[in-house]
Amino acid sequence: MDPVLNSGDTAWMLISTALVILMTIPGVALFYGGLIRRENVLNTIFLSFISFAIVSILWFVYGYDLVFGADIWGFIGTLSNPFFGGVIESNTLSTYAPTIPTGLYAIYQMTFAAITVALISGAVVERMKFSAWLAFIPVWITLVYIPVSHWVWGGGWLAQMGVLDFAGGTVVHVNCGMAALALVLLLGARKNSQLLPHHLGYSIIGTGLLWFGWFGFNAGSALGATNLAVSAMIVTNMSAAVGMITWILMDKLETGKPTLLGALSGAIAGLAAITPAAGYVNITAAIIIGFIASICGYYAVSHLKPRLGYDDSLDVFGIHGVSGIIGTIAVGIFATPLINSAIKGGLIAGNPGQIGIQILAVLVIGVYAFIMTLIIGKVIDITIGLRVEKKHEVQGLDINLHEESGYRLS
Amino acid sequence: MKKILAIIRPDKLEEVKQALEEIGCHGLTVKEVRGRGRQLGITESYRGHDYKVDLLPKTEIEIVTMEVKLDNIVETIVKTAQTGDIGDGKIFISPVEEVIRIRTGERGEKAI
Repeated sequence: MDPVLNSGDTAWMLISTALVILMTIPGVALFYGGLIRRENVLNTIFLSFISFAIVSILWFVYGYDLVFGADIWGFIGTLSNPFFGGVIESNTLSTYAPTIPTGLYAIYQMTFAAITVALISGAVVERMKFSAWLAFIPVWITLVYIPVSHWVWGGGWLAQMGVLDFAGGTVVHVNCGMAALALVLLLGARKNSQLLPHHLGYSIIGTGLLWFGWFGFNAGSALGATNLAVSAMIVTNMSAAVGMITWILMDKLETGKPTLLGALSGAIAGLAAITPAAGYVNITAAIIIGFIASICGYYAVSHLKPRLGYDDSLDVFGIHGVSGIIGTIAVGIFATPLINSAIKGGLIAGNPGQIGIQILAVLVIGVYAFIMTLIIGKVIDITIGLRVEKKHEVQGLDINLHEESGYRLS
Repeated sequence: MKKILAIIRPDKLEEVKQALEEIGCHGLTVKEVRGRGRQLGITESYRGHDYKVDLLPKTEIEIVTMEVKLDNIVETIVKTAQTGDIGDGKIFISPVEEVIRIRTGERGEKAI
């Protein structure tokens, strides 16, 4: 039987696409925008918005094909329809999601590429040149996101080995976390590297939009209005809730008071960690995943970061990177064919080999993202320069790089 | 004519304003300021890191008045803004050379 367009699936995926867009603009933008100094609020928000715009264009010029086109040696897809030429006109259904249009699958995937870059910006805020960031986005998408995404989702070599990444634990979170770490090593620490949020209200709204949008991210990754989407939605919400409460407990134990920023951070750790597992695990596993991710995230930002001394300003590695690693490995333990009949499952379902594949994916993608980002960052540093002038950093980036200010007296 | 500059706890503003109203002192200017005295700092905690905040938010009230009303106003502020704990603030009094009402150009005490 030839596949036919299912209007329920198509409607859900249209909505999911819009939901994931909301995560980047303004979700991530506001989340980050609240956490920095007031003199840098516009620049910080700008980094996310400009990422979204640039990736939107590149994705349809060549990005989608290089990820999802016919596989070349497991490494990259074939560019057969530059500028998405003829794809929309042909009204085909996606080979990856046979009940929705190819174009819909393509724009849904575009939103993942965009948020991955936007997430990296949290590590480099308050000191990176805007021009350097503009150069970084297309190069990083092309040399890091596109191949990694092809390996895992586009039929590349990791996909052929059977790696399981439901909605982007490796492609999005390990990838952005390791890239962030590489960039901050090149950039160096800010002159004032305290995390004193100038307006937590922005971060509250941002986190709310992220949590809300994450249902498009994870339940949308079922690629249809199905039971699997419902299952993914429930475990996503569960992990976020457990992550939030766990971080609050850590706050209470370590510094004495529950903090709202801690609650937001824990929720995001839980959401990021369940991402690779959302379509493969049950509620019990989601509770464990959210719990462990939140504790590890807490220690990464409050102990590991000061000990090693890198200035990952808004903890992109500490929260997204760490959660992505934990979630991806957890898939190898908790994945079960009872939730998703298309897979063999992980350790508990009697397939211990899956853990090895998951760890391999984390290692390869982590190392690849780190080294490639180091190289890209170094080249940009030599040609354009990564870091703003000392005077601009002290005075603030909004007025110096954009001639605007977030808070005017009159 | 005198200027009274009172730095008080932000949470005492409403009470002080009301008490001044009752003794017939209506005109005042209020600013949100930050500063420190003997109270020193407080601690805030973000993502497991403690930060010492050593400038505390205070409220500054500025009143210009005739000398006959001065003592009454100062007493009222002290009485209402006082908690007895460190951090209640301070009052500074200084002479004012001239007052001019912009609307009419009137000068001196009748312009207050």
